Amino acid sequence: MKWLMLVVLLMPGLAWAGEAKPLAEDPVAEARLKHLAVELRCLVCQNQTLADSNAPLAEDLRREVREMIAKNMSDQEIIDFLVQRYGDFVLYRPPVKATTTLLWIGPFLLLVGGGIALVLVLRRRGQAMTDTPVTDEEHRRVEQLLSQGERRS
Amino acid sequence: MIPEVGHFALILALCVALVQGILPIYGAATGSPVLMSVAKPAARTQFLLVLIAFCCLGYAFADKDFSVLYVAANANSKLPLHYRLAAIWGAHEGSLLLWTFILTLWMFAVTLFSTHLPETMRARILGVMGLVSVGFLLFMLTVSNPFERLIPAAPDGRDLNPLLQDPGMVMHPPMLYMGYVGFSVAFAFAIAALLGGNLDAAWARWSRPWTTVAWCFLTVGIALGSGWAYYELGWGGWWFWDPVENASFMPWLAGTALMHSLAVTDKRGGFKVWTVLLAIMAFSLSLLGTFLVRSGVLTSVHAFATDPKRGLFILAFLAVVIGGSLLLYAWRAPRVGLGGGFDLVSRESMLLANNVLLVVAMGSVLLGTLYPLFLDALGLGKISVGPPYFDTVFVPLMTPAIFLMGIGPIAQWKKASLPVLAMQLRWAFGASVATALLLPFVLGKWTPLLSLGLLLSAWIVTTTLVNIRERVSHLSAKNFMSGLSALPRAYWGMVLAHCGIAVFIVGVTMVKGFEVEQDLRMNVGETATIGGYTFRFDGAQDVKGPNYRAARGTVAVSKDGREVTVMYPEKRLYSVQNQAMTEAAIDSGLWRDLYVSLGEPLENGAWSVRLYHKPFVDWIWGGCLIMALGGLLAVSDRRYRLVWRRERLEEPEALRPPDKSAA
Repeated sequence: MKWLMLVVLLMPGLAWAGEAKPLAEDPVAEARLKHLAVELRCLVCQNQTLADSNAPLAEDLRREVREMIAKNMSDQEIIDFLVQRYGDFVLYRPPVKATTTLLWIGPFLLLVGGGIALVLVLRRRGQAMTDTPVTDEEHRRVEQLLSQGERRS
Repeated sequence: MIPEVGHFALILALCVALVQGILPIYGAATGSPVLMSVAKPAARTQFLLVLIAFCCLGYAFADKDFSVLYVAANANSKLPLHYRLAAIWGAHEGSLLLWTFILTLWMFAVTLFSTHLPETMRARILGVMGLVSVGFLLFMLTVSNPFERLIPAAPDGRDLNPLLQDPGMVMHPPMLYMGYVGFSVAFAFAIAALLGGNLDAAWARWSRPWTTVAWCFLTVGIALGSGWAYYELGWGGWWFWDPVENASFMPWLAGTALMHSLAVTDKRGGFKVWTVLLAIMAFSLSLLGTFLVRSGVLTSVHAFATDPKRGLFILAFLAVVIGGSLLLYAWRAPRVGLGGGFDLVSRESMLLANNVLLVVAMGSVLLGTLYPLFLDALGLGKISVGPPYFDTVFVPLMTPAIFLMGIGPIAQWKKASLPVLAMQLRWAFGASVATALLLPFVLGKWTPLLSLGLLLSAWIVTTTLVNIRERVSHLSAKNFMSGLSALPRAYWGMVLAHCGIAVFIVGVTMVKGFEVEQDLRMNVGETATIGGYTFRFDGAQDVKGPNYRAARGTVAVSKDGREVTVMYPEKRLYSVQNQAMTEAAIDSGLWRDLYVSLGEPLENGAWSVRLYHKPFVDWIWGGCLIMALGGLLAVSDRRYRLVWRRERLEEPEALRPPDKSAA
């Protein structure tokens, strides 16, 4: 009987020495959660994604998202639900709408504007240019200026 | 007593700064050598006074003087000395003092290294820096005085935010501010040149080393901040596009553009107007960054509004500095000549196009950072602009910039030929594309971003090699090796800095592509294997720090049965602010980092543990350091030292030190 007791006592010990289990029960759902959570904001943190945050509220919210995933809701449905409850603030990728139009097309406008300005300046410059590179005279002046202080000091 | 001395030193410094800001500039305008000669001693006096103030605040922290409000708010009797000293810049008021101190430090440096400048130029430069200093001193003395008393004194302090109790806090802010404030020198040079109406090649030559040194500091400062976030925040990220990070990144982008534009102004006399604008922009963004981070406007527009005195001062100061310099610019810039002409295809035009891309990228970061603030302030709703937005915008802008970065140094000044360039670069292009297409398969996975990252870094490296070969072949050197050693340091500096970008991109690409992460429930003795490494959790013990308690886990790591290392991740609880901190354990290596962070305790001594295998992650910061080294190498170039040597030669014989090698 003694050896049986020993085995029973050792059983948990044997189980411990194995591979660690993932924290999540369902790795597939967890991957989806991760995928969603990196673009969601933890609402009570300074500036952290839902995936990274250890705040209790973030933990609750992750659990809710897990439940929604378990209910077979699509990514879009989950996001819609969260936005309905918390507003656009929860999304790190701001939705395209009237108030964010400028945000999304701004960089494009800057690029086009910069490109046009660049071409215009270069063309106008090409026309206005009577070739005046740094002349020898100017080079001499630079050298002279650079050595001026030494003579004074 | 000591805090009052500091306060008084600041008041005196303000008086000196006013004198320094007014008399020399007036003297330069009226041609009075007496007034102009005030600049140098005034700048040195001001440096000394602010140094005294800075030391006084340091003393108050070292002495645990909790009758000073700022000390009581940011330190605690149990906080170790080095963190008490770092707490000088732990919050708003002290950061401003650090800022001002570094500004006067740069001023002091200008007085030391400007003997070769014409008197009027030096007077104007120091005058402009004095005026900037007036703004900061006035701000401190009116609405954010670090020496304000707390009566009755607090029995103990509220402690420094545990997040900031880290070696990173000791190094990162001073480095970053050296960079930020260093752009004030380039700014002062530009304003001085505008005031004097002499924007010539000499002006560019003079401001180049200053700009480059400031840029090096900023690069290192940003890298330190990123590395700090990586190991301190406990979830293994290294860049979050957080507004605070963006605030330091925007001046970096503008400063990078400025360095390249200055090169054209120096070598070819072109882009003067644009260079001046970039100098103004880089410094304005530094100011904006400081205030964004330090005014509390980022946490909430409303926090900013609850203390309107500070907010109004900041806005007024920004308006005066930026508005004033832009007005001066609009008035003076049209009179500036065009400089040397160049074709649509030339090194000049490529540098200009790259400048446009850098500035557009900077503008996009600015837009993304400020947009939520404006929406909130206008009552149009709260939004978050985070990594998905910035990644979407940034990658398409930087890709062509890096493509041009490869061609630019090879293209000739003034007029380059596309067919010739294509011939020169054909194998570089072929090799890069082949690397991008094949290497991911060798590594075991192909994704578009992985391929793009490898393409860009291979492109930088191969074009650099082509460039070196071209340069040597033009030197008509005896053999290749002697040709290599004949190339100037400024050139090697550029090569090194560009390769730094390539190293950086490899790091980012590899870690994004191949990082492995696992969240595990680890019982004592259980193992997990990622990236070929086996991690065994050997339990956690309680340990006690100076001002915290911690659970310290022991994780033994082995590979192929051989022990590699033992790691000790901690979960700390800081007693004063009752805040929990994750102290990750990291085993760094050239090819990979192993990263373990403790989550929460579970039943039976088990813990939730997060394990990462991060290939090439150290290349990210290594790349930044290489860039900064490149900058330093460029500054040590003969061109800049020449001035020094000539000075010594012209000294009277009797004064020369008995050093034969001086000649």
